[in-house]
Amino acid sequence: MSFESAIARLVGTSHSVVSVEACSIAKGETLADTIRVVSGYADAIVIRHPKEGAARLAAEFATVPVINAGDGAGQHPSQTLLDLYTIRQSMPIDNIDVALIGDLRYGRTAHSLASALSLYDARLHTISPKGLELPATLAAELSDKGMEIIEHDDINEVIRDVDVLYVTRIQRERFPDSASYFNVASSYRITPELLAGAKKHLIVLHPLPRVDEIDPRVDELPYARYFEQSRNGVPVRMAMLMRVMQ
Amino acid sequence: MKKTETTEYEGLLVRRIKNGTVIDHIDGGEALNVVKILGITGTTQEALSIATNVPSRNMGCKDIVKLTNRELSKEEVDRIALISPRATINIVRNFKVCEKKGVEIPALIVGLVRCPNPGCISNTNEPIQSKFAVLPKGLHCFYCDWVITKDLTSHII
Repeated sequence: MSFESAIARLVGTSHSVVSVEACSIAKGETLADTIRVVSGYADAIVIRHPKEGAARLAAEFATVPVINAGDGAGQHPSQTLLDLYTIRQSMPIDNIDVALIGDLRYGRTAHSLASALSLYDARLHTISPKGLELPATLAAELSDKGMEIIEHDDINEVIRDVDVLYVTRIQRERFPDSASYFNVASSYRITPELLAGAKKHLIVLHPLPRVDEIDPRVDELPYARYFEQSRNGVPVRMAMLMRVMQ
Repeated sequence: MKKTETTEYEGLLVRRIKNGTVIDHIDGGEALNVVKILGITGTTQEALSIATNVPSRNMGCKDIVKLTNRELSKEEVDRIALISPRATINIVRNFKVCEKKGVEIPALIVGLVRCPNPGCISNTNEPIQSKFAVLPKGLHCFYCDWVITKDLTSHII
């Protein structure tokens, strides 16, 4: 929806295919063909797809610019640009400690943000349930780039030290039953009590939608920046669209 | 002629070929994977001879593949470098070695290896071939960024 808002504000028109059932893919058309056809209708293509690498495939077949708006558990680069922009509104992205908490294995926003932060002088703290840690290959790649990555078992270990707390959703379907999901999810919940010991300038970000991972009482605290972060999605995506079509 | 390899000396396990390709110095035990990489199956026309775990002074043991009436291109043989970087290729014409070359690890591997990531777009019915960049850390999937670091042969298509 934020891409649609961005297009509308640029006085453009968007044609959204919101589900597979609504397009020729339901009839068995390949994504490659869909992209070739849509290339003839549009000046740019914004794609969100359940398979990793779908945007790269689209870019191979498209004759217009392609923007990756999320590919499976892969990457979400447009979200990352607005994440960086939101951080920059509060502090320079230099010599900062960023904590990523939640599902870091399948969370594409976490993958893209971690990759982007490796370009800056940022230390990464990761807190995730067992089995949902940052993918080993990504962690190795970031370490090779010189990024310091510190794993923690408990958010309480690090809450006093971080400048940015980036919270991601833990999805229920990753667990065998509801009980084990609730057990894990509750230990990763951000509350005002947890934030009592945090730095004054800490900002809490979340790509949204959230479920239970941030207590609604946190919304009223100065730390909460996730709705502002969400709003930033529109101007950042306007800038991206302008850039790719220039 | 200098005789360096005991097996060639004391009696060949497989006889010389008149025309074709001899792939020598394959790492011991990798011959069948080499054949698989080259796409040679029981249904192809070439006469194929394979010697495995042949004693070798330089390598300890090695494998040899002899392929009659087919000269492999450089692109084909470079794929072998992924599993056997010391392999040498001899092009034989009328019983004489006319060309001898080593293998070079290619920068890009197309259509040879299946991405182990079940969520990768290359594992669907899209009209694309798998594509991997060959990096020091392993094979890097062009589409989903998965990196194959070990057990490469089990991913060969």
